[in-house]
Amino acid sequence: MRFMLLFSRQGKLRLQKWYVPLGDQEKRRLGRELVQTILGRKAKMCSFLEWRDLKVVYKRYASLYFCCAIEEQDNELITLEVIHRYVELLDKYFGSVCELDIIFNFEKAYFILDEFLLGGEAQETSKKSVLKAIEQADQLQENIDFQMRLFPGVLVPNMASESSGLFQN
Amino acid sequence: MPAVSKGDGMRGLAVFISDIRNCKSKEAEIKRINKELANIRSKFKGDKALDGYSKKKYVCKLLFIFLLGHDIDFGHMEAVNLLSSNKYTEKQIGYLFISVLVNSNSELIRLINNAIKNDLSSRNPTFMCLALHCIANVGSREMAEAFAGEIPRILVAGDTMDSVKQSAALCLLRLYKASPDLVLMGEWTSRVVHLLNDQHMGVVTAAISLITCLSQKNPDEFKTCVSLAVSRLSRIVSSASTDLQDYTYYFVPAPWLSCKLLRLLQCYPPPEDGAVKGRLVECLETILNKAQEPPKSKKVQHSNAKNAILFEAISLIIHYDSEPNLLVRACNQLGQFLQHRETNLRYLALESMCTLASSEFSHEAVKTHIETVINALKTERDVSVRQRAADLLYAMCDRSNAKQIVAEMLSYLETADYSIREEMVLKVAILAEKYAVDYSWYVDTILNLIRIAGDYVSEEVWYRVIQIVINRDDVQGYAAKTVFEALQAPACHENMVKVGGYILGEFGNLIAGDPRSSPLVQFNLLHSKFHLCSVPTRALLLSAYIKFINLFPETKATIQEVLRSDSQIRNSDVELQQRAVEYLKLSSIASTDVLATVLEEMPPFPERESSILAKLKKKKGPGVVPVSELEDGKREGGELNGGGDRGPDSAMSASNASTPSPSADLLGLRSAAPVSAAAPSAGSLLVDVFSESGAGGPAAAVNDDGFLRDLEPPTETSDTLLVEAPGDSDSVPPSAASEDLAPPLPEADELLNKFVCKNNGVLFENQLLQIGIKSEYRQNLGRMYLFYGNKTSVQFASFSTTVSYPGELQSHILTPLPLNVQTKPVEPLVEGGAQVQQVLNIECITDFSEAPQLNIKFRYGGALQNITLKLPVTINKFFQPTEMAATDFFQRWKQLSQPQQEAQKIFKANHGMDTEVLKAKLLGLGTALLENVDPNPENYVCAGVVQTKSQQVGVLLRLEPNAQAQMYRLTLRSSKDTVSKRLCDLLAEQF
Repeated sequence: MRFMLLFSRQGKLRLQKWYVPLGDQEKRRLGRELVQTILGRKAKMCSFLEWRDLKVVYKRYASLYFCCAIEEQDNELITLEVIHRYVELLDKYFGSVCELDIIFNFEKAYFILDEFLLGGEAQETSKKSVLKAIEQADQLQENIDFQMRLFPGVLVPNMASESSGLFQN
Repeated sequence: MPAVSKGDGMRGLAVFISDIRNCKSKEAEIKRINKELANIRSKFKGDKALDGYSKKKYVCKLLFIFLLGHDIDFGHMEAVNLLSSNKYTEKQIGYLFISVLVNSNSELIRLINNAIKNDLSSRNPTFMCLALHCIANVGSREMAEAFAGEIPRILVAGDTMDSVKQSAALCLLRLYKASPDLVLMGEWTSRVVHLLNDQHMGVVTAAISLITCLSQKNPDEFKTCVSLAVSRLSRIVSSASTDLQDYTYYFVPAPWLSCKLLRLLQCYPPPEDGAVKGRLVECLETILNKAQEPPKSKKVQHSNAKNAILFEAISLIIHYDSEPNLLVRACNQLGQFLQHRETNLRYLALESMCTLASSEFSHEAVKTHIETVINALKTERDVSVRQRAADLLYAMCDRSNAKQIVAEMLSYLETADYSIREEMVLKVAILAEKYAVDYSWYVDTILNLIRIAGDYVSEEVWYRVIQIVINRDDVQGYAAKTVFEALQAPACHENMVKVGGYILGEFGNLIAGDPRSSPLVQFNLLHSKFHLCSVPTRALLLSAYIKFINLFPETKATIQEVLRSDSQIRNSDVELQQRAVEYLKLSSIASTDVLATVLEEMPPFPERESSILAKLKKKKGPGVVPVSELEDGKREGGELNGGGDRGPDSAMSASNASTPSPSADLLGLRSAAPVSAAAPSAGSLLVDVFSESGAGGPAAAVNDDGFLRDLEPPTETSDTLLVEAPGDSDSVPPSAASEDLAPPLPEADELLNKFVCKNNGVLFENQLLQIGIKSEYRQNLGRMYLFYGNKTSVQFASFSTTVSYPGELQSHILTPLPLNVQTKPVEPLVEGGAQVQQVLNIECITDFSEAPQLNIKFRYGGALQNITLKLPVTINKFFQPTEMAATDFFQRWKQLSQPQQEAQKIFKANHGMDTEVLKAKLLGLGTALLENVDPNPENYVCAGVVQTKSQQVGVLLRLEPNAQAQMYRLTLRSSKDTVSKRLCDLLAEQF
C-alpha cells in the first residue's frame, strides 16, 4: 500500500498515513486531488479506480471516506476489507465510533492503525490481538512503578542511562 | 466533545481542537493557530522547565496543526525529548510526532536513533514495538544504516515476543524497500523463510510480506518458501471456518494470509516437486469449488474476503499458464462475475479476464463472452468499468472478431468519455492495422476514426495510414476516392485535410478520370479548406499543390496563380513564404522531366513496427517502452514528412545528430567516431585530423587502447623542457620568461571550463586558427594532443607555441611547480589548410589551482598573431574514481568535518537540470558517481582520489539540485583545503 487517507464528505482530511517517502508539498497536492476525484464520484460507482499510475480503493462509512492507494499487484477486494477491519477496530475501541472521536483522538487513530498495518502491510489481522495491544498500551500509564512491576529489573537502569546520556553528546 | 475519551485525556488539546472547529472562517482558524503557535513557542523557550505532560500536550497540538495542513518548524527537539520519557504515553506521542514530521536534520536523527536504540534493547516488548513502528514509519536511509543489522536478529531470535517479531518483519520490509543494499539477510535467510511455519498466524501474516518482497529480488535464495507456502495454504484452505478462531473473518479462514500466500507463489514458476504441485492444484480447485457453494453469510465482507482469495488464486493460475483445466474453470468463474450485480466484481472480472485473454489455453474461452463485454461497454454507468471493458475487447480481439470489435469501439467512441478517448483511438488504429485483411477496410476505419474523434487522433495515427497506403498499391485508388469523399463534408477535421492533401497529392491521378473528381475539382476542394488550417497543414497543402502541377499540367496556371498571390508569396510565416516562392519558381523554370523527377511518387516506407504501438505503451506507463523505440517513432514521422514536405521533426532529428552530447565525449579515445561526433562543426579540420589518426597516421597511438601503457613521467633531461622541472631550480626556464607573451584571452577561463568534464574537443577557434584537443590521464600523469589547424589558404610563418605556468617567475624557486609539462617545438611553417600536431606530457607534482598557459605566435600575411589560452589541465583530471558503500562514505564524510576541509557553493543552474546530463558531467569529472548513498535520490554523491606525485587527496562531493528554485548546492570535502576550494570553484561553473 502506498498511502491511506481518511476524509470527510466536505473534503477535510482526518487521517493520512504515507508508506512511501514524499515531500510535504507533494503529499498535500496528491491528497487534495485524490479527495476531489473521489468526492466527485457517484454513490453506486465501483470502489476501485485507476488514478494516475495508482490503483485506488475506497469506501464510504457514514460521513467518512476511507481511501487506500495500492500497488499494481495488490488485491483490491482484500484492501476493501483492510478498510473495514480498521473501521471495526476504531468502532470497538471508541465504542460506536463517530467522526468526532477521530477528530479529538486523532493520535489514537494513528496508534491503532500502526498496530494493524505497518509499512503498508497487514501486521496483525486479528481484531482481538490488535485491541489487546492497544489496551495494554493504555494501561501502561504514567507510572514507572507499574512498569517496574511488569518488567522488573530491566527498565530502571535503562531509563536512567537514557535520560542522562541523550543530550550530553 | 467526544462522548468517550479513552486513555489519558489531554484537556488542553481537546479545548484547542474545539476552538479550531468553532472557527467561522479560514482566517479565524489561521489566527487561532498562530496564537497557539506563539504560545507553544514561548513555553518551549521559557526558562521554566516543562513537565512531561505539558511537553506531550504541546507536541500533540503541533502535530494536530501540522495535520491540518500548516507548516511546523519547531518542536522537533521537544518531541525527541519525549522519546526518552519513562512514561509510555509521552514516549508514544514523541514517536508519533517523529513519524509524521521527520526532519532530515542530522543532529536530530542521531538523537532519535539513540532513543530507538535504547528502546530496542530495553527488552520491553511494548517499547520495542514502538521503536520498530517508528523505524517502519520513517524508513530513512539513516535509520537503515543504524538498524538494518540489528532487526533481522530480533526477528529470528527465539526469545522475541510474537508481537515484536511481527513489527520487526514489516520494519525490515520497509527498510529493504528504501535501501535494499543495506538489508542483508545472508545467514538469516533460512530462519526467515521458516517463519512461514510459525504457529502464530499473526507472525506468519507479517513475515510473508517480507518474504515475498525478498523472493522477488532473490528468488533462488528463498525458493524453499514454495513448499512451505503450499502446505500452509493447504492447511488453511481445508480448515473449517471456525478452526482459526480470530483469524477467521466473516466465516472465511485467514483471508489476508491466504491472499499473501497465493501472492508469494506468483514469484515462482509452478513447483517442480510433483507432490507439492499436486497439493497446490488441489488447493486451487478447492478455492474454485468454494466459489460455487452457497454463501455462509449475506454480508458483503464475507463475499469480498472469499472473492479476494478467489481472484488471487486466478492470478496464480494465469501466472502458471500451464493448467488448461484450471484456466478454463477460472474463465468460466470470471464469466459469471461479468454479470454479477456487484459493480466491484464486474470491474475485477473484466480486469482479470484481460490477462486470461493472452493465454493460448483460455483465449477462446474468453472470446465467448464478447457480447457481455460489448454490452458492458455500452451500458456500464461507471467510466472506470467501461474502461476495463474496452481494455478487454482490445485484449480478446483477433482476426475472427476484429471487424465486430472495431465497429463497436468506433461507435462507442462517439459518446466516450473524454478521459479515455485518446487511448481508444490508439487501440482502434492498432487493431485495424493488425487484423486488416483488406486494406480498404483499414482505410475506412482510420478515416472514420478521424471523422469521429479527430482531436484525439495523434500524428502517429495519420502518419501510419499514409505509410500503409503508400506501401500498398492495391489500396491507393480506394484511398484517394475515400478521402475525396470525406473532404466533401462542409466541416472536416484538420487531420482529415492532412491525410487528404497527402493522398491526393500522391494518388489524385487515380481518380482524375471521373469528371466529378477531375484535377481542378480536387484542387478546389483541397484549397477550400486551406484558409481554415494551421500553418503545418497549409505547408503540407502547398506541397500537395506542387505535386498537382506535376500530376496534372492543366492545373499549373491555376496553382501558380495561387502561389503567386500575396497571401502566399508574402506570407508572414517564413516556412509558407519559402515554400510558395520555391514551388512557384520550380514550376516555372523546371522542365517537365525535371519536375517529374523531383516530384516523383514517394517510395515505399521500410516496413517496421507501428509507432502507434509504442505510443500506446508509453501512455500505459512511462519506462515500458525502450527509448530507442520511441525515437524510432519520431524518426518515422520525420521521414514521412520528408521528400516534398520536410516537417519539423526531420529537421529536429538532423540537428540532434550533430549536437555533441556530453556522453559522446566520455567515449573519447576508445574509438575515433565519437570524437568526430563531438566536434561542433562537421567537416572541420579537427574531424580530418582525427580520421587521419584513425587511419594509422602519426597520431595512431591515440586510438590504441594501450596508448598510456608507454606513458611515463617526462624526464627532466629532455632538451625541450618548457616548464621548470621540480628541484631543477638553478636553471632559468628557457622560453617561459619571454615578456612578449600576450595576456590570456578574456574568454580563456570560459574555454577552460568547457573541458573540466571532458577531455576532447575544440579548445579555440577564430577565423584563422582552430585548436583541437585530445587528452588522456592516468593517475598523476597525462598526455595531451594539440592539433593546430590553419583555416586559411595562406601559410602561417614563425609558428611557435609555449606552455608556461602562470606566476612561475614569481614563485619561490625551491618550491617545485605543481605541474611539469614537456613538449617538443612544432614546425615553424604551417601551410594553408594544414594541421600540425603537438604532444604534451604532463605530470602533476602537487595540487594546483591555476591552469598552465598556452601561447601561440605566428605571422599571417605579415601581421603577428599572439594568442594566449589556458590549457584545460585542471586538478580533477588526476582523479581516480573510488567506489564505496554508503557507510564508508558517511564515515569519511564525517571525518572530513573541519571547516577548512569543506568548500560549499550555492548557485543558479546555468545549463538546465537534466539528470542524464548531470550524471554524464559528474562521470566526466573523473570521480565515481555513487548510487544509493544519499538518502535523497535527487542528490548526487561522488568520491575520488586526486593523484599527485607528492600526495593523494581523497575527495567527497555532494551535489544537491533544487529543481523548484533551479539552484544547486555543491559541497566538497577533502583532506586538503586548496583542493576542496579549487574543485568547488571549477564545478560551480559546470552545472
